[in-house]
Amino acid sequence: MSLDTTENAAKTPDVELPWAELGLKKDEYERVVEILGRRPTGAELAMYSVMWSEHCSYKSSKVHLRQFGEKAPQTDALLVGIGENAGVVDVGNGYAVTFKVESHNHPSYVEPYQGAATGVGGIVRDIIAMGARPVAVVDPLRMGAADHPDTKRVLPGVVAGIGGYGNCLGLPNIGGELVFDACYQGNPLVNAGAIGVMRHEDIHLAKASGSGNKVIMYGARTGGDGIGGASILASETFDDAKPSKRPAVQVGDPFQEKLLIECTLEAFAEKLVVGIQDLGAAGISCATSELASNGSGGMRVELDDVPLRDSTLSPEEILMSESQERMCAVVEPEKVDRFLEICEKWDVIATVIGEVTDGDRLEIFWHGEKIVDVDPRTVAHDGPVYERPLARPDWQDALQADDAGKLPRPSSSAELKDQVLALVSSPNQASKKWVTQQYDHFVQGNTVLAQPEDSGMIRIDEETGLGVAIATDGNGRFAKLDPYTGAQLALAEAYRNVATTGAKPLAVSDCLNFGSPEDPAVMWQFAEAIRGLADGCQQLGTPVTGGNVSLYNQTGEAAIHPTPVVAVLGVIDDVARRTPVAFQEEGQLLYLLGDTSEEFGGSAWSQVVHEHLGGLPPKVDLERERLLGEILISASRDGMIDAAHDLSDGGLVQAVVESALLGGKGARLIVPEGLDAFTFLFSESAGRAIVSIPRSEELRFNDMCGARGLPVTRIGVVDGDSVDIQGEFALSLDELRTAHEGTIPALLA
Amino acid sequence: MTARIGVVTFPGSLDDRDTQRAIRLAGAEPVALWHKDKDLKQVDAVVLPGGFSYGDYLRAGAISRFSPVMETLIDQAKAGLPVLGICNGFQVLTEAHLLPGAMLGNDHLHFICRDQKLRVENADTAWTADYDAGQEIHIPLKNMDGRYVADERTLDMLEAEGRVAFRYVDVNPNGSLRDIAGITNEAGNVVGLMPHPEHAVEPLIGSGRTDGLPFFTSILKKLVAAS
Repeated sequence: MSLDTTENAAKTPDVELPWAELGLKKDEYERVVEILGRRPTGAELAMYSVMWSEHCSYKSSKVHLRQFGEKAPQTDALLVGIGENAGVVDVGNGYAVTFKVESHNHPSYVEPYQGAATGVGGIVRDIIAMGARPVAVVDPLRMGAADHPDTKRVLPGVVAGIGGYGNCLGLPNIGGELVFDACYQGNPLVNAGAIGVMRHEDIHLAKASGSGNKVIMYGARTGGDGIGGASILASETFDDAKPSKRPAVQVGDPFQEKLLIECTLEAFAEKLVVGIQDLGAAGISCATSELASNGSGGMRVELDDVPLRDSTLSPEEILMSESQERMCAVVEPEKVDRFLEICEKWDVIATVIGEVTDGDRLEIFWHGEKIVDVDPRTVAHDGPVYERPLARPDWQDALQADDAGKLPRPSSSAELKDQVLALVSSPNQASKKWVTQQYDHFVQGNTVLAQPEDSGMIRIDEETGLGVAIATDGNGRFAKLDPYTGAQLALAEAYRNVATTGAKPLAVSDCLNFGSPEDPAVMWQFAEAIRGLADGCQQLGTPVTGGNVSLYNQTGEAAIHPTPVVAVLGVIDDVARRTPVAFQEEGQLLYLLGDTSEEFGGSAWSQVVHEHLGGLPPKVDLERERLLGEILISASRDGMIDAAHDLSDGGLVQAVVESALLGGKGARLIVPEGLDAFTFLFSESAGRAIVSIPRSEELRFNDMCGARGLPVTRIGVVDGDSVDIQGEFALSLDELRTAHEGTIPALLA
Repeated sequence: MTARIGVVTFPGSLDDRDTQRAIRLAGAEPVALWHKDKDLKQVDAVVLPGGFSYGDYLRAGAISRFSPVMETLIDQAKAGLPVLGICNGFQVLTEAHLLPGAMLGNDHLHFICRDQKLRVENADTAWTADYDAGQEIHIPLKNMDGRYVADERTLDMLEAEGRVAFRYVDVNPNGSLRDIAGITNEAGNVVGLMPHPEHAVEPLIGSGRTDGLPFFTSILKKLVAAS
């Protein structure tokens, strides 16, 4: 069949297009026809279908995400907010930091290595597109049951993919999580976060302005990988003879991306770039329509000039291909030669594929004929918006009534001891060294803290020691019990983790992983979680700068636990003042900060010992979190504490064991008055941390906490080579280490 | 005066800037060298840094070995120019036949990143004079293809001539033959090792130790003394 030009489309209104196969609903297709005043061409349909997909348009989530803007706290720190490739935060001394978390869940289940690898690649390109040098990555992961055979297929592939790509890019991997739960069995969550650093004046935006400016595509050639629906369009409607089965998961080439980073930064440094956009989901469709709609003019693109890996690709496929390691830059005509020269220096293919025009249309040509003529805004921004029905699940009350506080508790010291060992060796609480030792955390020579520390920390200025910290947290079990509180607990934990290392929390990015938005119960969870997160960010004064929504994490009727993953970014004036997790010196005093009550709903203890999920999650007190954060930051700045660890999954005993094993120093603990040993060790009350204080600082520390009204309790001392709960039991560090470090390697052996 | 030490950037080099920092911290002047440029800019010594030059495609170091800069470097190294190859740089040196043997994939088939204990076996090379023979140090290790192999005769020769410069202690992290972590050429001017001394030069950063700094002070003292 001949080329479907805009002229042809206008003349043949009755041609049936496969809009349903491309994922468009009937009314969405009719809306496209209404916008264009005629039927779309095949190429236009390809663009609308992919840009109006849930992934690109946020059509189900938009009405809820607005709260992040409406409730945004007043702050001078935010330089670029939601809507750009990534948010940008002022961290002082003229430095700005950009960071974002994204999901690559579905591809990673289909093809763990490439799915996870290209997840890293995509988020890193978002960071470069802001004008920043990427300085670190983090990877929050959630897998199915630890002992399920498929977990053994997915997890090692995902870890190798993240490592294979990130290591080869030269980005230290400094944080993340690994959580196992049967609810993620068919829907593992592979989230990836990245941080970049730049000077204020280097911030770049995705917009094409200035008539006559050239649009340059550079990086990898465009191939047939990562094409979803376009293949259907191409093979079934326009050219029956063509093979249509190509891999839907993209294949990454980190070497190409490393070159892309270096040549992009060199072009930025010479001020050659007016606007820039990376090519991720929806490829050229997305890049051209977003650049054009954010700029002042229109854009004309010659699709024939796009360098191809496969010369048989149809124009629709070229528009939709998600081949990795590609970028699009808008460059003034007189600077084009220099831009191309830099690309050549780095052996990066670069081609002028179009230019910014006076009009307001995005026009795309193929063999000299016009195949796309659209208002780019209608493609990039005016997609459908849905107010999906939502309903509190009918099982929610029963779940909350199933109080974990009523579960049988250990009845003897021996049983308590056994449960501690079971806890620290359970897959979720066990050491994740098997994972993290496959990631380079040294490269770039600025890593101050990396996992298993509470937050990852990177020095960004060698002169002053200025640094940034990042922590990601999420607890799907808490969110299942109460999505509003669960989202706030994720925020509180990430905030606390940043403060525990001595950094001041500044801003938030999130990755919202949920089931199908077409299920009112899931939609309710989603709405509640966003409301919780937006309210929490408002109260803590940390704006949401951007993030990502991943829906349809669901197999049949069974959705994953609602899993909002929250990343908090913090700043520290001098990284020399950072506080590590590991106990440093024998004889130092251990203090518990915050209040402990009987809170076991969704706890690690209820999961490990009773395989139970029910009741209410721990209560959230964000004012308390803020106060605790201020105390931890002051104590770190003034040298009052030598180690600190936040209390979260697994409670106090988990934190003490981790600090002891990392420092190679034991602890003697006394159960404080008013608490029983079980609650002391296993409760997961929020707003708490333990600190290790040199004796000389005890008075000063107590005075500070007293003056500011934070309850603190002296619970013991760093001492010996065991964790000794006086009057109850002692566990040697050797025994604890074997239990804590043996689990994951044994599962994956 | 101080010494000028070049650091070559290949496409895919990752630790080039870290190495320049280590050189600076040791008190020498780092000089950036570009793989397409044959000119070594009259530096007094050269470091080939770690990374994944050319993506480690074909074989780690196999393509970089043919970069224009290597033509000059190979000649000058044979004439006595001090050269240190770290990780990927070590792989390039073996591919260029400036050092014997080769690196295969780690025996456990995973990338490994850890703070590694080493023993300095030869403290007489241009890059190790500030250590004592037998001294044990901790240097970060991070690689995919770090398993040093050579035929028995070569290994025996290296041992006999004292050319095993570093050996892994406690844990052999990748299956290297005879626990070899690094070697030197006969003259002692060309040294290669898999661990990364440039990641152990500041107390707060990386491994939190400074066990790697003597690599850079060793060469600086030697060059300053010779000038």
